[in-house]
Amino acid sequence: MNSTKRPISPFMIGPHYRPQLTSVLSITHRATGVLLSVVGAPLMLWWIAAVAGGPQSYQSVVAFFDHWFGTLVLAACLASLSYHLFNGIRHLIWDSGRALDLRSAYTGGWLVLIATAVLTAILLGILT
Amino acid sequence: MSMTNPLARARGHGSARSGVHHWFAQRASAVLLIFLVAWLIYAAFALAGADHAEARAFLGQPANAAAAILLVVALLYHAMLGLQVVIEDYVHQPAAEIVLHFLVRAGAWFGMALGIIQLLKIALGA
Repeated sequence: MNSTKRPISPFMIGPHYRPQLTSVLSITHRATGVLLSVVGAPLMLWWIAAVAGGPQSYQSVVAFFDHWFGTLVLAACLASLSYHLFNGIRHLIWDSGRALDLRSAYTGGWLVLIATAVLTAILLGILT
Repeated sequence: MSMTNPLARARGHGSARSGVHHWFAQRASAVLLIFLVAWLIYAAFALAGADHAEARAFLGQPANAAAAILLVVALLYHAMLGLQVVIEDYVHQPAAEIVLHFLVRAGAWFGMALGIIQLLKIALGA
């Protein structure tokens, strides 16, 4: 048996496991974390550096976020931040040993999605 | 049944008493980040549509500068720990794994240093 050919999580979701709210939210937590680390954090540092750099460098950052591509990147980062924040709180509640039953996992999952949609809409509304 | 003295068997094989460090550090930084992201949302409201002078004045206030420095450090630390686990889980080619671990750590520490320097530059008016 070739162990390297066995399917591994999260690539089990789809071809081997039916996607469920719980598993999809779980891998989304990772995906948003990676996006925030690789794109969000550098963007935040770029903005800070632009403030330190002066009006001209600040203007180039503003111009980037005004462009449709920059707005798209910003929207993805804000949605990821909102999701990772709320789902992270859900994880911390689990870590405390609470809400571990199936019903709570689904209720919490939907609450996270609703809160994410609301916060993302608010942040996008004020920043764009 | 092993005839080895239990102490001799345990020595060098047991808990190094650091098993939960990564797990705990990930959670501790997460709790800290709840508060710092709340500040970030407050900053987003304060700075929406701000020009350079307004952004600079906001970040120049000591409390905001301190929050921003803490945010940069906690965020990159939390990101570093998270990316480490993702690499451990999905990258199984030893050379690539070592290079990625190095890049993540180097990137996080460099980002922290850069962020602190820029924010101090703003706060101290240099």
